[in-house]
Amino acid sequence: MLPTLPVETEAFIILSFALFTIGTLGVLIKRNAILVFMSVELMLNAANLALVAFARQWGNLDGHLFVFFVMTVAAAEVAVGLALIVAIFRSKKTIDIDELHAMEG
Amino acid sequence: MAQLVPLIILIPALGAFVNIFVGSRLKEEQSALIGIFASTFAFIIALLLYFGLLSTNYQEAIVNPFFFDSWIRIPAVGMMENGLGNAFVGGLEIPWQMRVDTLSVTMMLVITGVGTLIHVYARGYMHDDPRFSRFFAYLNMFLAFMLVLVTGNNLLMLFVGWEGVGLCSYLLIGFWFDKAHGEGWRNSNAARKAFIANRVGDLGLLMAMFLTFWTFGTLDFYKPGEIVNPDVQTGAAYSDSHGGYGEEDVHNEEGGAAEAGEELSSQIVLMSTLGAAEPEGEGENAAIAAAPAYEDNSHLTMNQMGIFGQAERVLDEQEASGEPLMVDFGPFEYSFGTVLVIITLFMLLGAAGKSAQIPLFVWLPDAMAGPTPVSALIHAATMVTAGVYMMVRANTFFHNAELTSFIVALVGASTALMAGFIALGQWDIKKVLAYSTVSQLGFMVAAVGMHAYVPAMFHLVTHAFFKALLFLGSGSVIHGVEHGEHHAHEHHGDGHDAEHMHDEMGEPHEEVNPEAFDPQDMRNMGGLAGKMPITAITYAFGALALAGIWPFAGFWSKDEILADTWVYAVGGGYGPLHALSGWIVFPMLLVAAFLTAFYMGRQYWLVFMGLPRTEAAKQAPESSLWMTIPLMVLAFFSLTLGAMNQPGTHRFATWLEYSARHAHASQFLIILALIATALAIGAIVLAIRIYGDNKGYVDGQDALERDDRFATAFRASNARLWWDEAYDAVFIQPFNRAGGFLADRLDWKWLHDDFHDALTNGFQRTGQIFAKPVDQGAIDGTVLGLGRLAQWSSNRLGRFQTGYVRVYAVVLLSGALLVLIFLLIPLIGNGG
Repeated sequence: MLPTLPVETEAFIILSFALFTIGTLGVLIKRNAILVFMSVELMLNAANLALVAFARQWGNLDGHLFVFFVMTVAAAEVAVGLALIVAIFRSKKTIDIDELHAMEG
Repeated sequence: MAQLVPLIILIPALGAFVNIFVGSRLKEEQSALIGIFASTFAFIIALLLYFGLLSTNYQEAIVNPFFFDSWIRIPAVGMMENGLGNAFVGGLEIPWQMRVDTLSVTMMLVITGVGTLIHVYARGYMHDDPRFSRFFAYLNMFLAFMLVLVTGNNLLMLFVGWEGVGLCSYLLIGFWFDKAHGEGWRNSNAARKAFIANRVGDLGLLMAMFLTFWTFGTLDFYKPGEIVNPDVQTGAAYSDSHGGYGEEDVHNEEGGAAEAGEELSSQIVLMSTLGAAEPEGEGENAAIAAAPAYEDNSHLTMNQMGIFGQAERVLDEQEASGEPLMVDFGPFEYSFGTVLVIITLFMLLGAAGKSAQIPLFVWLPDAMAGPTPVSALIHAATMVTAGVYMMVRANTFFHNAELTSFIVALVGASTALMAGFIALGQWDIKKVLAYSTVSQLGFMVAAVGMHAYVPAMFHLVTHAFFKALLFLGSGSVIHGVEHGEHHAHEHHGDGHDAEHMHDEMGEPHEEVNPEAFDPQDMRNMGGLAGKMPITAITYAFGALALAGIWPFAGFWSKDEILADTWVYAVGGGYGPLHALSGWIVFPMLLVAAFLTAFYMGRQYWLVFMGLPRTEAAKQAPESSLWMTIPLMVLAFFSLTLGAMNQPGTHRFATWLEYSARHAHASQFLIILALIATALAIGAIVLAIRIYGDNKGYVDGQDALERDDRFATAFRASNARLWWDEAYDAVFIQPFNRAGGFLADRLDWKWLHDDFHDALTNGFQRTGQIFAKPVDQGAIDGTVLGLGRLAQWSSNRLGRFQTGYVRVYAVVLLSGALLVLIFLLIPLIGNGG
């Protein structure tokens, strides 16, 4: 049994929430596609943190297990996303997402 | 023998049929042969019937034609009451029964005899006519109908024949309806005038029929078993032996009745009105022959008698009881005498139409538009005598209707006088004869009015012959003058052919072509006696007969009428009214006789004597044998027919007594005969003095016109006393105006224009309402609106698709937040 500091789970959650919010705002505000992806990563990691915190609280490994899934999906998603960005750049010579509104109607 | 009787109608009908349907493919000779043969056959049957009647002592026969079980039979349940209050078997029972008695055989002989001669004449006259076969078809049809008229045993059959001859008259008068230059129109107008005037008369006869049926419950003249004239027919009766009427003892009987019956039995097919006819068995010795002899009709009930028998019975009962029998009409009732007067007045109207009396005679002069054989047959010899025949047949009614007889006598006498007056002012040869016919019919009708039925029929018969002779003679003259006109134009070769019209009828056609030559105008004739000797001589025979000169036939018949009138006048007659009518009628008839002789003399001298007034008259040839032989035959009869009823033997009177209850022989007053003959000869002498020596027509004026004393009278006579003009003003013009009003204003303007247009406009406007606002506006609007709604909403909704990722991200976030809130709301209250 590892010695644990008597840190409340709420602290983790607050931090997770803050991270998540920052990430959300980043998604909404940023124009650079890579930065939007970084914000998405931030959101995912915030979710990871929340999961780990609750796993610690209840002494359960389910949370840790889910974090693995999330990490895997995040990685795959980033791979695909970055490939898309490269393809878009080749076509449009920019990754400013405000320039990409050809699918408007 | 009895089987032959229907043939007298069937053969001419068949001839007509054949000529109508295949006539156009036949040659003239064949067509004429069919017509003449049919007519001759009918005449032979009439002769056979005549001899049959002679051999059976004038016993009449009532014949039901083969395969005619009944004609009109409308049954009703139970018994009905007729107007007199007698019960009779309900319903309408009118059999197609033919009556062979002396009166009908007389008419048959005249009709078929004169008819056959005219058929022969027509073969020559209608030569080269394009519708030759149709003419003969119509002639045969006319014969058939006329024979139906005279052989009918009830009023309805008489009426069928009546209407039928009216139709044939229309067809034949308008035969040349397709002539050019307005001629055809004149002919068809004349035909229509005849038909319409006849129709007015038909109304009278119809009303008389209705009243008769209402009063008596039947229309039969005499039912089988009735005795017509008990005064002459005692011991010659027969009964019918059907159970429905009451039992008669049928036993063999000796004496005249049986012999008469034997001859007769095969002629009679009796019919019961209640049902099946008793079979005649061996035919020779049927029940009729073996009947007991009766003195009169007193053994018969009212149901077993025809209209005349019932009338006599009622009158006897009235006399016996002293109070009049009332005829019940429902809401009102009249005495029997009054009803008789009304019936006979209506019959007089019918006779006035058919026999051309005042006021319905106006069609007869116009009817001269038809071909001359038609004028001779229909308008001299037969159809116009139908009215007289009907009245003589109904002599029982007329004899007992004093007032009507008075009126009849007056009508007849005034017609005779008036028409005689008009005849002497006419220039057309046929018009003179037409008015002469009207006048002579007036004589006959006056005789009927004076209860002198035998003289009326006698005059009918003789008049048929000499008037037909005169008409046929005039036809011969017209033909001759026409041919003369042709020859004249050929010889002179002038170019008037364009105006030369082959018109055969009517007066100078001022309205048609004033330049045309009228072959019927006496002013274009003269001196024809030299050119057409046979015509001239036979015409003289006819003229003398008409004028009433001894020994021609007309003398005897006309004299009988005058004698009877005088006798009744001075002798008191059958009553004060009768005697009065005699006093009025006698002078009128005398003057009419004088005028008759005068205008015939005028006509003869203008046509045949003196010098020819035109080229046409100079070159008129005599007519062919087809036309002259009938003339000679008729001339012979005009001379000898007086033998029929000589003052001593009275054969015709005896003959007729068997059919007419009130027929009787007339007296012969030698003084009267001498006076009448003197009048006639004086009239002729006067005519010769005025019209002889070519003085008749000088400078476009008649001899009388030049004389100031008579000029006005002549002009009045020439203008036909303005009868047609009066009718035109009183009836035709208002009728045309009313018709025009109804047609133009009511029908075209109001109905078609106003009313119909209103309807169609309203309809259109309603349609427009439904079309524009409703259909286009509402319905289209709705449907299109839905589309536009979809478009608009998709447009508006489409604006969400901005294409910007960040916007989509915000939407995504908002949606997620909303879902989260919705999920967490329930936890607000309890959890923390």
